[in-house]
Amino acid sequence: MLEIKSISKTFNAGTVNEKKALDRLSLSLKEGDFVTVIGGNGAGKSTMLNAVAGVFPVDEGSIYIDGTDVTKLAEHRRAKYLGRVFQDPMTGTAASMQIEENMALASRRGAARTLRPGITRKERDLYKEQLKILDLGLEDRLTAKVGLLSGGQRQALTLLMATLKKPKLLLLDEHTAALDPKTAAKVLDATDRIISRDNLTTLMITHNMKDAIRHGNRLVMMYEGHIIYDVSGEEKEKLKVSDLMQKFEEVSGGRFANDRMILT
Amino acid sequence: MGLELVSLFNALPGACAQGLVWGIMAIGVYITYKILDLADLTVDGTMCTGGAVCIAMMMTGHSVGFSMFCAFLAGVLAGLATGLLHTAMGIPAILAGILTQLSLYSVNLRILGGKANQAISLDKYDLLVSLRWIRDVPFYKNTIFVVAVAIILLVAVLYWFFGTELGCSIRATGSNQNMSRAQGINTDLTKILGLMLSNGIVALSSAFLAQYNGFVDINMGRGAIVVGLAAVIIGEVVFGRIHGNFAFRLASVAAGAIIYYLVMQIVMWLGLLSTNDNKLLSAIIVAVFLAIPYLKGKYFTRVKKGGAGNA
Repeated sequence: MLEIKSISKTFNAGTVNEKKALDRLSLSLKEGDFVTVIGGNGAGKSTMLNAVAGVFPVDEGSIYIDGTDVTKLAEHRRAKYLGRVFQDPMTGTAASMQIEENMALASRRGAARTLRPGITRKERDLYKEQLKILDLGLEDRLTAKVGLLSGGQRQALTLLMATLKKPKLLLLDEHTAALDPKTAAKVLDATDRIISRDNLTTLMITHNMKDAIRHGNRLVMMYEGHIIYDVSGEEKEKLKVSDLMQKFEEVSGGRFANDRMILT
Repeated sequence: MGLELVSLFNALPGACAQGLVWGIMAIGVYITYKILDLADLTVDGTMCTGGAVCIAMMMTGHSVGFSMFCAFLAGVLAGLATGLLHTAMGIPAILAGILTQLSLYSVNLRILGGKANQAISLDKYDLLVSLRWIRDVPFYKNTIFVVAVAIILLVAVLYWFFGTELGCSIRATGSNQNMSRAQGINTDLTKILGLMLSNGIVALSSAFLAQYNGFVDINMGRGAIVVGLAAVIIGEVVFGRIHGNFAFRLASVAAGAIIYYLVMQIVMWLGLLSTNDNKLLSAIIVAVFLAIPYLKGKYFTRVKKGGAGNA
């Protein structure tokens, strides 16, 4: 479903701030794969997701989604294949627009925007049903401005919008990192339910190793712009946080000791 | 005193008509400033281009309707220029607007045949509005009535448009560009479309203004953005508390322009300032209204405040 072939990306090339964020990274996802991605700060996790989403062009390599070469496709044209939820709850929704308007925008992802009505009565009923899945009471607030919602509610809504029109690939960029533990658990729970309901192919970045082990059928660890550990199936089921920590220490030669705090 | 009051009341309908004409312009500014979240300075140029095109066309024998339509198109082109400078060439929006505005000065001179101004006679040409048609004419010919109808039509069309898929994508772009692109919206295109629509409306207002004044002047757009912003802000301050839909917001912008001109008229009548101080006064009005929310937030924040928080 997703095929990343040896992509590289260097930011600020030729300056003192030069940073090689992706270094000949390759990754292949089968349909229905739910892959969790871990790695220290600056490992290139978000850069990888953004490269897939087309936020910036990659320096080399190619990216295929469902057999289509999207390497040179602009961000808004790739959107039809992708559902995205961001780390910052403010990023995924239009604050000055209503809940139902946000959902209507999302349901038209990949379609031409014409002079037809931006939202129809039939859609409203559908959105109401969809919002009930979140169990946050949003189904009674269809016309409320999204800016009035809490961060957790906005993330949950973004998740719903990302999956409203079934994406070929769901990209979750630490989408619960900015939430309090209770809300984070609730949003993760909704994530699991929606992914298994629609059998979505998913890439989920997380800072939380327990979450990375508990969710998905495959786990990859990134370090210095490429994947250093890739585990799936039964082997992943047996994985413990201590195993991952050890792995980190191994590849980084102790440098990761400082990252322990963030990673656990 | 009695006589002076009469002179004020005599001047009010004129101020009202002028406010309505500028209300159209302010609705154009609202599209960029409020909906797209861009400060577009092109309008200082477009506010002359529309009138210049309209009058030049009428003087070569075209009907008022067709001339005003062409004025609208000229504004649309100006918006396209700014839009391309901003999106395709990556120039910051403010600078892109300034570049177009500056070049429009030369373009406007060309349209006016190298002259700095051009009069058009109400007696010889079939104009739609005029400052002589404020009173003592049948109501359907009254400029206040004609422009008010134009605003109602404009608000109706915009209300429909910003409810369509395309209109919603323009609003989404102004609200959150990252989200818009993630939802497959071509934000470059929506910004260009918004700038085109906005400048088209401003040029239409300019065409009305030139007819109203009976002449077009190369400097008639100078500081237009400030008047437009003043109207938008006054409309927001005065009617913002009232819970209304999008059409109401647009109408309140037009009302803001009327209030602005009425206030200006009263200030003039008080004799404190002369017409020369017009621009200073409008700049101060805008500065004060823009500063109030900031200063309020800085010095008068109530500690306990309900509403949204981040979970």
